[in-house]
Amino acid sequence: MMPIGHYIFLSLTLLVVGAIGVVTRRNVIIVLMSIELILNAVNINLVAFSRYYGDAAGQVFALFIIADAAAEAAVGLGIMIAFFRNRETVLADEMDLLKW
Amino acid sequence: MLDSLVFYFFASIAVVSAMLMVTRRNAIHSAVFLITALLSTAGIFLQLRAEFLFIAQIILYVGGIMVLFIFVIMLVRLDVALPRILSPRRKWVAISVALIVFLEAIIIVLMSRKIPGQGLLVSNPYPSDKLPPNTEDLANSLFGLYLLPFEIASVLLLVAMIGSVVMAKKRTDAP
Repeated sequence: MMPIGHYIFLSLTLLVVGAIGVVTRRNVIIVLMSIELILNAVNINLVAFSRYYGDAAGQVFALFIIADAAAEAAVGLGIMIAFFRNRETVLADEMDLLKW
Repeated sequence: MLDSLVFYFFASIAVVSAMLMVTRRNAIHSAVFLITALLSTAGIFLQLRAEFLFIAQIILYVGGIMVLFIFVIMLVRLDVALPRILSPRRKWVAISVALIVFLEAIIIVLMSRKIPGQGLLVSNPYPSDKLPPNTEDLANSLFGLYLLPFEIASVLLLVAMIGSVVMAKKRTDAP
């Protein structure tokens, strides 16, 4: 069995890649997909610790995170469709309706 | 030995397709690479003996959430010309933030070896022949100690469902 540092390192790499996606992309749909990637990286960490301590609590929390990700994707994409209907764009830097 | 081979196989696929997902210009290509990353994460769950989460990951993420994303990408017109995906200044900020986070984490992992006891990095995992059946163990924990969070999660899903329907509904002029 491998030391747990490998799993932490994999999770960290995926998290940093997702964070770069959130910061640099302009398309809001790809920003939402990067957030899914970050949540997934957290899940790897939880499941790895759950396996190493022999306790199912980590897997229960991973399940809750999957449910959260589904809720977030549904609401985020609903907002996207409503916004696209009003402004005909999905670019983050053209979303300035609340600025004045 | 076989364990680590499987781990490195899935981990390299996950990292490479995550990087491709962040850098592709076409949103559909990004979605396909995200599906690859999520599937290889499911493989890592299987390697960690979490069979239930392996199935849940494939059904929920790849079968549910990603299909939703692809539907929205098809509904929304994305072929407007994007002159530049990232401005150079923003790119440097992102790269330096990523490097700083990475270095911090490496320092923490190295320092954690000095904690007395097993430290942060458990070197002796729970023996794999003594693991209880995964789904049974998960169900005992989910419907026992974590019953209240489970119910709250169901309320959250209901709220999200109603919210997204209200949000995406076509507005009529009636008040």
